[in-house]
Amino acid sequence: MRGGGLLPVAGLLGVLAAGQWLLPAYHHANLVRIMVLALYATGYNIAFGYTGLLSLGHALFFAAGLYGASFAATLAGLPPGAALAAGTAAGGLAAAAVGVLALRTAGVAFMIVTLMFAQAGWLAILALGPWTRGDEGIVLPDAARALAGFDLSDDAVRYPLALALFAAGLLACLWLVRSRAGRVMVAMRENEERARMLGYDPFRVKLAALAISGTYAGAAGAAYALMFGYAGASLASVQYSILPLLWVLVGGAGTVAGPFVGCLLMFYLIDYASSLTSATLLLVGLALLVLVLFAPRGILGTLREKGVRWLP
Amino acid sequence: MLLALMEGLVSAAVLALTAVGLSLTFGVMRVVNVAHGEFFMLGAVLAWFVTQAFPGAPALGFALALVVCPLCVAAIAVLADLLVLKRLAYEPAPTIVATIGLLYVLQQAALSLFGPDARPVAPPFDFRVQLPWFGYSGYKLCVILAALALLGLVWALLSRTRIGLVMRATRIDREMARAFAINVDLVYAGVFGLGAGLAAVAAVLIVPIRQAHYLMGADPLLLSFIVVIIGGLGSLRGTLAAALLIGLMDGLLSTALFLPPTVARIAATLLVALVLVFRPQGLLGKAAA
Repeated sequence: MRGGGLLPVAGLLGVLAAGQWLLPAYHHANLVRIMVLALYATGYNIAFGYTGLLSLGHALFFAAGLYGASFAATLAGLPPGAALAAGTAAGGLAAAAVGVLALRTAGVAFMIVTLMFAQAGWLAILALGPWTRGDEGIVLPDAARALAGFDLSDDAVRYPLALALFAAGLLACLWLVRSRAGRVMVAMRENEERARMLGYDPFRVKLAALAISGTYAGAAGAAYALMFGYAGASLASVQYSILPLLWVLVGGAGTVAGPFVGCLLMFYLIDYASSLTSATLLLVGLALLVLVLFAPRGILGTLREKGVRWLP
Repeated sequence: MLLALMEGLVSAAVLALTAVGLSLTFGVMRVVNVAHGEFFMLGAVLAWFVTQAFPGAPALGFALALVVCPLCVAAIAVLADLLVLKRLAYEPAPTIVATIGLLYVLQQAALSLFGPDARPVAPPFDFRVQLPWFGYSGYKLCVILAALALLGLVWALLSRTRIGLVMRATRIDREMARAFAINVDLVYAGVFGLGAGLAAVAAVLIVPIRQAHYLMGADPLLLSFIVVIIGGLGSLRGTLAAALLIGLMDGLLSTALFLPPTVARIAATLLVALVLVFRPQGLLGKAAA
């Protein structure tokens, strides 16, 4: 985990940057979505993969970003840049607020407490129908999605923007996990009591990790709202808490690039399976079962275990 | 008010059965089984197929479903355990992925073979019990009684038989159990099957009241997880108490306090979260660990 890592990450980002010109339109559009969701998963990995916090409530933080940005753009009339910042902050604040209460618990109780807060948030979105329009969702007007004269609904514009956000998130994550603070986070995951004995405050470290993770989720949610012009209650449901967990586990928990790999793989797995058969989920489910049998630590995690040490 | 109480009792009874099934797999095997709700769904869907085979005699078909469906579902679960979970050594992270995969497979199988529509199953008998204040469906009362009887059986199995002893031993210390010549693999397969079977029984019981649908597994999964944790891991009484609490809370909050249903559910959800924040081991769980 120490040293290295920068080169492969830079390589990945370079390949993604080349995609702006090289990818066919269909995959170009797909990758915008994948990068935004991978940002979300990268944040989830900071809490789950590195700090060992199995949260089932990240949909709340994603939704905070989603609605934070949407309301900032529609009700307050802020420009997209400010709306993005508002959504990001909303995600971080929501995570910190949940963390203050939820981090009094650990393990399975933490799972359920975060799940309950997220469910309460989802129900609140449904209950506030007059503003959120529930499952139907808010559609952001095009005027709210024009960033300095560029139209965010245009793939040629939002691809570089999504890449910039994802790159910032990925590099920050790499920097974080290689820093002292990152190693303390891993210490919390591996042995909380020993870390406490060495003088670290588990509550503070975990709260910080959760808040950072929530900030990522908020940024991803805000970017999602602005780029795809839609904020709906289904994006706040429990499914959107389980998906980042799945992506992280498939790609490799506790690896920097794992969440992106997992997200990319699941997206194209579903895409490919639905082109083969109408029984999409059957193929996806079987693929997951096979994958987990051969790579129980996720793709990058298992490769790294098998000796490909340079993987980030 | 009383009607809400009765409806709450019916859901609590079914929830308790499902949750005890989850509590067994969770408690003994330490496995987060995301596919538990799909076992529930499978029970309901299979019940529809079985009763459909006996169009003339709903009671006979239903009785048969009550026996056959849990066995089928248990067999599927045992198969999944032996083919997949066992090879993962029951490690938490890979099993989550594996059970999500299993969830997808089972859901798609139900969608492809059963179809996207919700389908009703006729109740085996139809009479109303005349209470002093109002009439009430006799079948629903029987569901409550049947669930109680089954829970009693599970309790007896766990605390009064050798099988239960072996299960508890495995739960407390897997390696020590192995040292005492307990076939841990067999215990795990059995527990996984039993847990899935209990979910299926619960589903068969409820399916004449609520229709069978291929997406019906999500709610029971979430609710039984909550019930198991709130009740305290490994505490059968706690699970029962929590099931009662959760089953009754929605209905009572909305009728007693005249809250709109969604607001009542928000309140109930937050209440559950706060209970755990201030009592992480659950209502009746032991403090340590």
